[in-house]
Amino acid sequence: MRYIEPHAHMVSRVTDDYVKMVTAGCAAVCEPAFWAGFDRSSADGFFDYFCQLTEHEPKRAAKFGLPHFCWLCINPKESEDLRLAEEVLTIIPKFLDRPTVLGIGEIGLNKNSRNEMTVLEKHVDLAARHNQMILVHTPHLEDKLKGTRFIVDLIKNDKRIQPGRVIIDHVEEHTVQMVLDAGMWAGMTLYPESKCSPARAIDMVEIYGDERIWMNCACDWGVSDPLAVPKTALEMRKRGHSAAAVDKLIYQNPLRFLSQCPRFKLADG
Amino acid sequence: MLPDTKVMTRQQILDLYFMDARWKLIDIAAFIDRVERAAGDHDFRMTAFRSALLELSKGNKERAKQVLLAFSDPTTKPIAQAAGKGAVGAYKPVAES
Repeated sequence: MRYIEPHAHMVSRVTDDYVKMVTAGCAAVCEPAFWAGFDRSSADGFFDYFCQLTEHEPKRAAKFGLPHFCWLCINPKESEDLRLAEEVLTIIPKFLDRPTVLGIGEIGLNKNSRNEMTVLEKHVDLAARHNQMILVHTPHLEDKLKGTRFIVDLIKNDKRIQPGRVIIDHVEEHTVQMVLDAGMWAGMTLYPESKCSPARAIDMVEIYGDERIWMNCACDWGVSDPLAVPKTALEMRKRGHSAAAVDKLIYQNPLRFLSQCPRFKLADG
Repeated sequence: MLPDTKVMTRQQILDLYFMDARWKLIDIAAFIDRVERAAGDHDFRMTAFRSALLELSKGNKERAKQVLLAFSDPTTKPIAQAAGKGAVGAYKPVAES
């Protein structure tokens, strides 16, 4: 089995997780910029974080032969502070030419506030001006439906953005259809306590098809499982899906989306 | 539907998932019993939970979606300011805040 982990916050994980992922067949890992679990006190903190994502973490992954890529942004959880967000937005372009940067992400909304919307709009504008791909975080739990509607509408209304270069992550049964209908990619996040279980994720694939869909573990400093994607692959096999169907979903689909960025290259091709 | 999917029969799905679903259902029942045994005030989360439970017996074929909708914020305008970062799992109607 081979797979691409398209969303994992490896700076929060121990090195043993890299060993486990590579052993399970991981061919590449992609890391969107994230909230640290506490608010960073200045834009300098983000500068250091972006250096970590573009310099240190690729080296750590490379020790296990694993290509590491990243997305850059100020996460929506820190978007309420408009001044800080503005400062971080001025830093991001300095990193966009680095060899492992895939685009702008994970931008989006958290509590669906006005300031979060403002910062989301600025991120989308930044992506459009620099011709970057976009990875979007959708809100949690009771806020997801409303936030996903806002996000999809905002991006659809910016005609500079090609929907096929946008992945809307953390979809569930009540949001997956609207994302696919908008021509964007849908990411299903496999979590032990929220978002999707493996069984539900496979249900959605069976109902909505396997085009423009990927699965990710989104492992971070919270309750999460860096092996959630290969475990879901095993569940697919138990349900009678072929090895080819599994490969399409967990390897070829993320490869197809991510390869729209010329920097995304795997060792074997 | 995936073109090469071997659709499982109802019997096969039950064989694979029944015990897990049974365990989860009992856990939900025990959770409600636990909440009701405890002293305390009405809570909007249990109101949403009971609404969501009703979706299971309506005969709708999109039960997971309907349960998620039952917990979702139905409003359509951004909030003025995020008071915190976390979500609690159920929408709190304004009248109850």
